[in-house]
Amino acid sequence: MYNKEMTESIKKVEAARAENTTFEPRRMTAEEKDTLLATYHPDYKQDEFRVLQIGPNKGGKVPTELAALLQAHSRITADAVDLSRIDYDVDVLVIGGGGAGASAAIEADNNGASVMIVTKLRMGDANTMMAEGGIQAADKPNDSPAIHYVDAFGGGHFAAKPELLYKLVNEAPEAIQWLSELGVEFDKLPDGTMVTTHGGGTSRKRMHAAKDYSGAEIMRTLRDEVLNRNIPVVDFTAAIELIKDEEGKIAGAVLMNMETGELLVAKAKTVIIATGGAGRLHYQGFPTSNHYGATADGLILGYRVGAKLLYADTLQYHPTGAAYPEQIFGALVTEKVRSLGAKLVNVNGEVFMHPLETRDVSAASIIRECSDRGNGVHTDDGVGVWLDTPMIEIKGGEGTIEKRIPAMMRMFAKYGIDIRKEPILVYPTLHYQNGGLEISADGMTNVENLYVAGEAVGGIHGRNRLMGNSLLDIIVFGRNAGKEASAKSKRVELAPLTLKHIDAFEAEIQAAGIETQTVSPKLLPTYTHGNPRFEAK
Amino acid sequence: MGVRNMEQNLVNIFLYGKKYEVPSNLTIMGAMEYAGYQLKRGCGCRNGFCGACATIYRVKGDRELKVCLACQTKVENDMYIATLPFFPLIKQPYNIEEVKPTEQIMMQLYPEIYACIGCNACTNSCTQELNVMQYIAYAQRGEYEKCAEESFDCVMCGVCSSRCPAGISHPQVAMLARRLNGKYLAPACGHLNDRVREIKDGTFEELLQNLMQKPIEEMKELYNNREIEK
Repeated sequence: MYNKEMTESIKKVEAARAENTTFEPRRMTAEEKDTLLATYHPDYKQDEFRVLQIGPNKGGKVPTELAALLQAHSRITADAVDLSRIDYDVDVLVIGGGGAGASAAIEADNNGASVMIVTKLRMGDANTMMAEGGIQAADKPNDSPAIHYVDAFGGGHFAAKPELLYKLVNEAPEAIQWLSELGVEFDKLPDGTMVTTHGGGTSRKRMHAAKDYSGAEIMRTLRDEVLNRNIPVVDFTAAIELIKDEEGKIAGAVLMNMETGELLVAKAKTVIIATGGAGRLHYQGFPTSNHYGATADGLILGYRVGAKLLYADTLQYHPTGAAYPEQIFGALVTEKVRSLGAKLVNVNGEVFMHPLETRDVSAASIIRECSDRGNGVHTDDGVGVWLDTPMIEIKGGEGTIEKRIPAMMRMFAKYGIDIRKEPILVYPTLHYQNGGLEISADGMTNVENLYVAGEAVGGIHGRNRLMGNSLLDIIVFGRNAGKEASAKSKRVELAPLTLKHIDAFEAEIQAAGIETQTVSPKLLPTYTHGNPRFEAK
Repeated sequence: MGVRNMEQNLVNIFLYGKKYEVPSNLTIMGAMEYAGYQLKRGCGCRNGFCGACATIYRVKGDRELKVCLACQTKVENDMYIATLPFFPLIKQPYNIEEVKPTEQIMMQLYPEIYACIGCNACTNSCTQELNVMQYIAYAQRGEYEKCAEESFDCVMCGVCSSRCPAGISHPQVAMLARRLNGKYLAPACGHLNDRVREIKDGTFEELLQNLMQKPIEEMKELYNNREIEK
């Protein structure tokens, strides 16, 4: 259980709780935030990035771990696959079975296209399932899509592509309506008014939620809808290369059965990459809140056929990953905990920042508190700061935690921690890939007929994303990609299929003198938890 | 990513009957990986939300058969472990636009719920500690709002169904109830519908176009001085 330092610190937190609960910390100025980020945010650590030597973003920098995969060998050679033997032939191929992929498939189906989902794990094994806090939409009378735009644009450091952000905020209320009509249960008052809260960096309370199972509720509903429509879902099967036609248009994907290793050919008039994030690459050694399959596969597939990346050098470290107990190290502690009134408190029991700064600022502030300022709380395995959850019930009344954040209560209760009575220890965890493949407003990349939706996209949020804008983007841009790709598929005539881009990319690797044994996409991480038999290799 | 500052306290566990020695501080999922498994099945979110890692175990000397999520449960000495990465639930297709939230729909799609013998094995086996038998009772009576509330935290791992003598697919019954409740029974949201209409009417179009074209310096000014709702 708690060590001496933790036990003593908890006493200070308890002693200061009443005063801390009512204390209103000031927000940082723009200059303070800039300095803080430059000094403490992991994105600013230059030696953790590499300059790409080949491909469409040659000369640009990305995290070292991603560079290794982007510039790795294919898992296959072009002649390993017989492209005349087609296993699946569809109008729209969706790669990835998360929220974006499911939304895309439903809209493509609505549009009368034949659509298929291929996913390397099960449908719903995705970051969508794990999104806890909520989904933003400016649907209250004191709010507007324009205010939402300003919040998101500023929060993303004024780097979002305006035409994408416009779509995100302007189609947000309709996305909520679409989900409601599919049967998603949002938290509402008896008169139908949505229960909404703040997220970090929002200027209006526009976070809609389904308790703290928001993403799970959305994902299971979308999955149910996909199954109701008999949309084919090929699970435990990964896309390992895209296929082009002789004219350079995207024309399908080479698939690999994860269990048997069998290679399959899927021919398609349009392809939507909806493969999600990259937390399982553990950039800079960070733990992650992401699901098991978050290994940036879509970025690799796209890059190899010439699709451009945007902001692939920017990641989101969620400020509050669990830092204790170690069994849930890095697991997400939803921002909603702070939306409901819990504040961040250091080893001395002091509130050291406003709890609802944007995520990058909050993460950097916690890292500063635990490093240079020496105000972190040390466990036997690491360090963190307190998130004083009992404040929620002081503020919102007894029962608030069980009603609003039951998943958090359950997660810690399994290890004997009652978050209604005790604070929890947190430290930043790798959470979200801000960048990804660049698209235009129709969802398509610079490669003809290759679409992207969800976390694999770069540019919607800029260089940081606000809480609740990711569940929103998978719905808005998932649906958008499904509509656009299915409409486009009706006009596509495919020339003969080819995999010659694999050889061309390999030639680039050789020409650049890149020496590597790595193959990609990675598909799954490998963990051995310190077992000396494996780690010695 | 290794275990930090690993305790050297080891325990014996039996994965599908085969013995392995693993650190006592690991979860069952972590212990399988420590033993050398590269998981493909039975591993999803690793955080208690997706239901991929349903697991059955028995501790030597104990008659009780226990169930859990492998990602959420620490190993114990002499634990005999079998994972349940897939269970054949019955999922009946339906058109959400055409169904109605009446008792008839359950009778039509999931008639086996009326064969419940009240053994409570589902509730006893729930990895989320939900009152499963109670939510099935609500479903039988067409009380979908209550069924939705009672079942809300379900991760659809399927353990309840694996223990059910009546062959009920509880998670799918609950899924239907929640969608019926969300779509037909929950109160309509006036402000949402108003806003969607305003957007369709182009109410915010000029404002947004204006913002999209503003120089960055002006946007910074706007952002840094915006009023924040208390």
